[in-house]
Amino acid sequence: MDEQLKNELRRQGVVATTLQELYNWGRKSSIWPLNFGLACCAIEMIATTMARYDLARFGAEVFRPSPRQADLMIVAGTVTKKMAPQVVRLYNQMAEPKYVISMGACAISGGPFKQGYNVLKGIDRYIPVDVYIPGCPPRPEALLDAFLMLQRKIDEQQLTGPDRPRHLQAELPSEFTVPECSEHDLTPTRNDAIWQVPLVNISNAGKNESGRD
Amino acid sequence: MTNHMYLPVIVLLIAGAGFAIGPLALAWVWAKKFSPQKSGPTKNAIYECGLESNGDAWIKFKPGYYIYAIIFLIFDVEAVFLLPFAVAFGGFTMAQSISMLVFLILLVEGLVWACQKNVLSWS
Repeated sequence: MDEQLKNELRRQGVVATTLQELYNWGRKSSIWPLNFGLACCAIEMIATTMARYDLARFGAEVFRPSPRQADLMIVAGTVTKKMAPQVVRLYNQMAEPKYVISMGACAISGGPFKQGYNVLKGIDRYIPVDVYIPGCPPRPEALLDAFLMLQRKIDEQQLTGPDRPRHLQAELPSEFTVPECSEHDLTPTRNDAIWQVPLVNISNAGKNESGRD
Repeated sequence: MTNHMYLPVIVLLIAGAGFAIGPLALAWVWAKKFSPQKSGPTKNAIYECGLESNGDAWIKFKPGYYIYAIIFLIFDVEAVFLLPFAVAFGGFTMAQSISMLVFLILLVEGLVWACQKNVLSWS
C-alpha cells in the first residue's frame, strides 16, 4: 500500500494495515525470552528486566521458564563446552518463530576465556544468532538496544516470497545438531551449515570477495 | 413468545463457543497458509532443563501415607457428625437413631482395623 496514502488516512483517523504488518507487529511486541542465564551477563539481563530499565516496556517482561513458551533466547554469559549441548537442545525445543541474542563477549567468541580449554568460542557455531551485543558485560542499555534492533529486524521480515524468514519456510530446519561431549572437544566442533571457520586462503586473495576456497 | 425465553442464552452460548473456537481455527488456517509446522525429535522430546530425560516416569513407590489419610478421615468425619448428633439426639426417631448408629459402627470398625494394624501406637 502507498505509504503517503496510509499517512493521509492515519491523519484522518483511519488506520490501514496489511496482514504482514499486523503479524510482525504482534510478534515484535510480545517477544518472551527464555528464563536462563549462564554467567555474569545474566545479572545485567536481570537488571534490564527490573524496574530501573524495565524491559516490560517492549512487551518482553514475561521470562518463560519453559522453552515451549519462549520466543527469544538470550545467551547471557560464558558457554562452557559442558553447557553447550544443553543450550542447543533448549534452542531446539523452543517453538517457532524463535530468535537468539548473543549477549557479551563470551557468548560471541569466548571472550576473555577464549584460550580456555573448556569454553565454547561462540554460540553461533551451533545455533543461528540474530543480534550480537559486544561488551564484558554489556550494560542494560546495550541489551535494550539489541532488543530494539531485533524488533526492527522482525518488523522488516516478509510474510511471503523467497526472502521470508526461516520459520515460514518448510524446507529449512528448525532443529540444529546438538553437540556431544567427547574426549577432547565437542563433536561436531561446529555446525558447518551455519558457521564456517573465518579463514582466508591467501592464494585466493583478490580473486573473490571473501577470499575463501 | 414463551419458547424464545432461552434465546439470549443460546446466543451467548454460540458467542462463547465462537470465542473459544475462533482463535484455534484462525491459528489452524494460519499454519496451513503461512507458517509450516516444524516438529522434530528434540522438539517433541520431554523438556527437562535442556538435559535428556533420564528413566521412566512410571515408577513404583511406597504409598505409606494412606494409613494417615484413612485415620484422619475416621476422626474427622466422626468429629464432624458426632457434634450435630449430640445436639439433635433428643429429637431422633427410631429410624434416624438406627441409621446414625450404623454410620458410627462403620467408622468404629475402621478404628478397630487401625488398632489391629498397630498404627495408632506412638513410636
